[in-house]
Amino acid sequence: MAKTLTQEFTKGLWAEIPPFRLVLGLCPTLAVTKTVENAVGMGIAVTFVLVCSNVLISMMRRIIPSKVRIAVFIIVIATFVTVVELLMQAYTYPLFLKLGIFIPLIVVNCIPLGRAEAFSCKNGVLASFADGLGLGIGYALSLTVLAAIREVFGSGTLLGHTLFGPGFQPFTFMVLAPGAFVCLGLLLALMNLAGKK
Amino acid sequence: MREMIHMVVVLTVLSAFSGGLLAALRESTQEQIEVQQLQFVKGPAIGAILKGATNDPIADRFKLKDGEVERNFFVGVLNGKPSALVFETSGKGFGGDVGVMVGFNTDENKIMGIGVTTHSETPGMGSKAKDDPAFGNQFKGLAVDKPVKVTSDGGAVNAISGATITSRAVCNAAGDAAAIYTRLKPQLTEQLNKFGK
Repeated sequence: MAKTLTQEFTKGLWAEIPPFRLVLGLCPTLAVTKTVENAVGMGIAVTFVLVCSNVLISMMRRIIPSKVRIAVFIIVIATFVTVVELLMQAYTYPLFLKLGIFIPLIVVNCIPLGRAEAFSCKNGVLASFADGLGLGIGYALSLTVLAAIREVFGSGTLLGHTLFGPGFQPFTFMVLAPGAFVCLGLLLALMNLAGKK
Repeated sequence: MREMIHMVVVLTVLSAFSGGLLAALRESTQEQIEVQQLQFVKGPAIGAILKGATNDPIADRFKLKDGEVERNFFVGVLNGKPSALVFETSGKGFGGDVGVMVGFNTDENKIMGIGVTTHSETPGMGSKAKDDPAFGNQFKGLAVDKPVKVTSDGGAVNAISGATITSRAVCNAAGDAAAIYTRLKPQLTEQLNKFGK
């Protein structure tokens, strides 16, 4: 039973949205969502890697020897991650400095590898493209929502603009690591509640 | 056996392809990355040293060979005359190399100011070399023909308390810079004269 391309795309936005439904790629989800700017940058980087690696792996799916498929996936993913890293260094250097180690760590992020293993090595190029794009955008959106909540409450700003008057007392807990866990947990609970009906 | 050859061929071709792609990309972004690094990592230190310069020191830079190493020299136009030079040296600190930008006034042969660019010193202790302007200010006006040392070594610079090694590293870097400056003075003057026209 083949799904349509639209279905492959939209499943990444809700039914299989990475950090909440698949609960994959949590390390950067927790670490880079202090500000919306970082989250969007990270989301775009992951989307690029995911789309490119999905397409390439799906193109190669008939010639990849199954015994060394993981090694092949890692080479492909690592190549694209390095491409992103170089491009970010060349054109968005301040963002690259803020995201730091989390850009190279996309290599060991479960999402691209998970999609390669579970989807693109079994499906056609177009479907893999839609799958990668959907999941990537879903991931970027989740990071942005999480970051918006943490940034607004934790530092009283959004995209660097101050939102509240001088009387606002920042809820510093939100920008620290425990705040990330609590916030992620609450969002996950909300999503489960919404999806329960 | 056939399977084995298949695995080797696929992995080899893929690795060669990815290596080639990355090498080409690195080659083509190298210059842009260097400009970005100058702007965002070294830029603030250069700007602080050349406060009041009427030109853009990063755009007005030239390279000069000093023995084996090629160094970037940044020119500062003060009072309508190119009379300041800034370049980077490094000293061995507590946690690795400490990069220091050192600026020289070419009319008086004196240090105009220093700024730490990169370091991995202990936060709150050695990191004060970068964050505490009082430490850097002590270098202002030191003559290039005298050795730069901390007070406990018989020099004029008060070490940061608890971070003597870092303070020494900065002094060594500034001293090296002074030596390079004196050694290359003829070539540097030539470059500056060319720049003035």
